[in-house]
Order: sequence, then C-alpha cells, then structure tokens
Amino acid sequence: MRKGPSWFNVTSLVLGFSFLYLPIVLLVIYSFNESKLVTVWGGFSTKWYGEMLRNQQLLDAAWVTIRVAFASATIATVLGTLAALVLARSGRFSGRTLFSGMIYAPLVMPEVILGLSLLLLFVAIDQARGFWTIIIAHTTFAMCYVAIVVQSRLAGFDRSVEEAALDLGCPPVKTFFAITLPIILPGVIAGWMLAFTLSLDDLVIASFTTGPGATTLPMRIYSQVRLGVTPEINAVCTLLVAFVTVGVIATSIVTKRQEVQRQRDMRRAEAQA
Amino acid sequence: MAKKPIGPVRRSFAPWENPDAKPFIEFRNVTKRFGDFTAVDNLSLKIYEREFFALLGGSGCGKTTMMRMLAGFEEPNEGEIFLDGQNLRGVPPYRRPANMMFQSYALFPHMTVEGNVAFGLKQDRLPKGEIEARVQEMLKLVKLEAFAKRKPHQLSGGQRQRVALARSLAKKPKVLLLDEPLGALDRKLREETQFELTDLQAELGMTFLIVTHDQEEAMTVADRIAVMDKGRIIQVATPAEIYEVPNSRFVADFIGSINMIEAKVATRNGEATHLRASGFDREIVVDQQTEASVGDTVWFAIRPEKVRLSFDAPADGCNAVQGEIWDIGYLGDVSIFHAKATEDVVLKSTVANVTRTVERPISWDDRVWLSWDRDAGVILTR
Repeated sequence: MRKGPSWFNVTSLVLGFSFLYLPIVLLVIYSFNESKLVTVWGGFSTKWYGEMLRNQQLLDAAWVTIRVAFASATIATVLGTLAALVLARSGRFSGRTLFSGMIYAPLVMPEVILGLSLLLLFVAIDQARGFWTIIIAHTTFAMCYVAIVVQSRLAGFDRSVEEAALDLGCPPVKTFFAITLPIILPGVIAGWMLAFTLSLDDLVIASFTTGPGATTLPMRIYSQVRLGVTPEINAVCTLLVAFVTVGVIATSIVTKRQEVQRQRDMRRAEAQA
Repeated sequence: MAKKPIGPVRRSFAPWENPDAKPFIEFRNVTKRFGDFTAVDNLSLKIYEREFFALLGGSGCGKTTMMRMLAGFEEPNEGEIFLDGQNLRGVPPYRRPANMMFQSYALFPHMTVEGNVAFGLKQDRLPKGEIEARVQEMLKLVKLEAFAKRKPHQLSGGQRQRVALARSLAKKPKVLLLDEPLGALDRKLREETQFELTDLQAELGMTFLIVTHDQEEAMTVADRIAVMDKGRIIQVATPAEIYEVPNSRFVADFIGSINMIEAKVATRNGEATHLRASGFDREIVVDQQTEASVGDTVWFAIRPEKVRLSFDAPADGCNAVQGEIWDIGYLGDVSIFHAKATEDVVLKSTVANVTRTVERPISWDDRVWLSWDRDAGVILTR
C-alpha cells in the first residue's frame, strides 16, 4: 500500500480548485489595486473601498437588493414550507405528480423564460413594475428551493411525535407551531438562507421584472461593467463574496458543533445507563 | 369445553365473569378497512375498569389499528367504540380521555424531560404550581428526578422509555394505551420493566391496554389477553387459560411451544374421550368432552413440560408411546428432548434440570417412553 495521495490526485485537486477559485482570488487581489486600470498592478491600496462607500448609486442598489432578498426569502419560506408539508404529508391524491412537478418546474426552467413570462404577466394585469414585482418574481423561483430543502427535513420526521402532541390534548394548529415547526426549523432556516442568497445574486429575472427606481446590485454592477471594469466594482464583489463566505462558514461551524455535541451526549447517556 | 380451575389462580379480580359488570371500554362490531385490506373485521370486545388488557398477535393482525382507533388516530368504517359510556365517534384525539405511550416513544426532541412530561398538563391550562408538582410526582414515579433538565438525546433507551411513560401518565387518563412499549429495550431491562409496569398499574388503579407481539410480555403483565389474527379475535382469556385451555390450533401454536397430534375420535364415554392417532399402538384418553362426533378429525395438543420421559414403561400408563431420542437442547434451566414416536410424529418434552450434573442420563438414539396424564392435554376441533 502506498501512503499519501498520488501525484495524479494532487494535480487534479490543484487544477480543480484553481479552476474554481483562481478568478475569485484575482478579483479579491485586484480590489486592493492602487491603479485605476484593472489589469495593471499599481501597488496595494484600500482606496476603492472608500470610493465605493461614496458611490450613492451602488449603495442604493445594495439597499434595494437586501430588502428584496429579505422580503422574497421570507415569503418564499412560508409558501415553500407549506408546499413541502403538503407533499410530504398528504400521501397520494389525484394530481399529486402534477402538483409536485409544478413546484419543481422553476428549478429547471431557463431564467430567461421565467423572467419573460413574469414580465408578460405584469404587463397583462397592468401592474406597475418595480420593487414589489421583483419580490414576487424572486418568491416564485425561490419557493421551489425552499420546498426541496424543507421536504428533505420532513422525510426523516417521525409523525408519531405529532400524534403524541395531539394525544396529549394539543389541537392540530398549535401542534404545528409547538412541535412540528421547532423540529423542522433547521431546514426552514436553511431554506430561507438559500432563498436569500439566490435573490441576492439574481440578475436575469430581476432585469425582466424591474422598473424605475428599483435597480438591484447585480443589475448595477452589470451595467457599470459594460462601461468598463473599475477596481471599485472589484471591491463591491469582494465584499459580496466575503459576506456570503462568512455566512456559509458560520452556519456550517454551528451545525457541526451541535452535531458533535449531540453525538457526545448520546454516547455519554448510553455509557451511564 | 370443560373449564376447571387450573394452577394457582386468584379470582380476586375478574369483572369479566360478572354478566352485570359494565364494560369500561367497548368495541361494538368495529370494522376498519384500508383500501382493500380489512385490518379489523367486525370485532367486538369488552374491557373493564382497572383491567390490564393485552392485545396479542403477529404483525398485521389489526392490534395496533384497534389501539389507534381508541386513541382517535383512525376512525372505524363501521361499528362504535365506547369509553366510560361515551361514544367516541367523531371525537378528535386531542379531546379523548386516553393517553398513549408510543412504540418509538415519540418524545419531543426540542424539549427537556420536564417539558415533555408537562406538555399535556399545559394543554389543560392548569396553574403553574400544580403542573410543577405533578411533573415532580411523575418523575419520582419513574425514578428520573435527576434527569429533569436533560434533553431526550441525552438519555439512554431505558430512560427515554420511562420519560414516555411518565408523559402519558401525567394527565391521569381514563385509559393508558401502550403500543409495544418495551420493544426497543434489551431482554434483561424488558423483563424488569414488565414487572414495574404491573406494579405501577396496580398502584395507580388505572385501566391499561397494551399491544404486543411478545407472548411472554402479554402473559407477564396482563389480566386478560385477546389473541388476534387477521383482524379477528380468536380467544379472550386469562394468561393461564390461554396457555392451558387454548380454544384453537392457532392460539395453542402462537402461545408457547406445543405438541400437536392429528387424531380421530374413537369413542366418547361421559367425561373422557378416546382418540386414535395413526402410528400409535394405544388410544389417547383425554378427560375432556368434545363437541366432535365419533370419526371426526381433531387435534390433540399437549405442552412439552407435561410430557414425561422414562426408560421403563409407565405403570399406570394409559397415555404412553415409545420413541427414539432425536434431538436434545440444553438450555440450562431445562432441557428439550425431541423424540420420534412414529414416522410423522416428533414429540417435544421439556425436563427441568433439577440436579447439578453435567452428564445427562438420556442421550441420542435412546429408546424412551413418553407418557402423560389424562388431563394434561386438550382436544382442539379447529
């Protein structure tokens, strides 16, 4: 038996990770570029971060994006959780396949088509486009992701726990809030975070459904890049990457800790018995 | 069928023998179907107050459905269920005065032991002090006071089982339903807990209904047992009656080990019935009357511990047959001998190992006599 990874494994690992992360690393490095020219290194500087904070258009766009993401993620989480409950619980009913298919369809539907059809809908019902139409659009496509995440949590759910609550005198609606929701909460939160991130970086659907005064950050970045990439844009993107990375790492550390603690508790309980 | 007292039976508690006694729980012609499958088939059953009643049967016999209908998780398609005089039709589970202990325990994972036990009491909006006192009382009852602040995953299997028990007892239900309550415990703990359960039931004076597939468990804890098969009740009787006077081959076979010999009724004279079994030199005489007529095929059933083994022909030997030792199983407390009596009949005999010897007098291929008393076995007609 050989010890350690072979040169082949090391090479593929390095190549794979370079392919994934080199562009992002370059972006981060160039956000600290002194020079105004993106492709020429002019020494280390954080001035573009200051520049960015003085760019009112970018800040406005960021604020819109966060509000849209927050609202659409919240609505999508409520609707997606309900859909997941129906799919996991109601067993077989006529039209079940159609229903689940329709929930998952936006997963595979090209964004352009989704955006265009939503635009047509808003035009048809004569809805002024702007902040709220983006929220509705984002809710529609984020909902299916939430439904999938919550459904996977419900798959391992012991229904006798709910029956026990009913049996002890707790009416069904209260049982949902006192028992079911706390148990599936990790799935619901994960679904919310996924929906939030999806909304945060969506460009295509937002472009179709937006109106005056509701420009999201990806749209703003995209339109600025068309005029030429500035180090300022690199700075914004670096912050976005940092924001998402910190979120993901923090969540995984917390879940990992909880799991380890749980395993330790269980071993201890069995050892004492 | 002649019923005579068997064994040390204390008839201090036997409301089912009193025709005027009012049943506490009554299933009246209950049928439950799931699609094409009939889980419970036109079944009637009476359970009395303070009784420890067991529903016993293999998987899919309908015993769990019976319990779930009583708890309110399933509604019968036909028939009515009464609890303490109240017709339960249409009453949702959260308004029924019955509490259930689930097979999986179904503890609330996000609540402490205390929180779990207090949950049902909180639904009744009892004052806080009263809830706390009751929770403490329950935890003391199941000896878990020290674990009040723990979460379910911080407990061992046996402790979780006791939390589930405390939670289902906390509301002082009219009837406690136990769904395979000891299935997840290891054998030693299970045996201990069985006796704890009977003590608890006697102490609390509550009606307990247990569902189990484990005949030993049913016999240990229950006052009466209903043996079920394919949605029907085959026999309802005390453990001793079920064991000693089974009413059918199914019950005889399901409970414990038994020798079953197919025979024909030869003569019927008064108290005794003579049977003729193929390959047997002598008729089998049984002190039992039977509704079968002469010439009918019946089954003679006898428990292995009632079959004696000897090298010499038994003196009074009315029921005896010679056989060859075929197999020996040494279990420590008893030994099981399989003896080939005829071409198709292998009789089992269990002998208690009362002396401390390693050498056993009876060995493979020995010719032995198998004998039994005239009242040791029963005649089964179905």
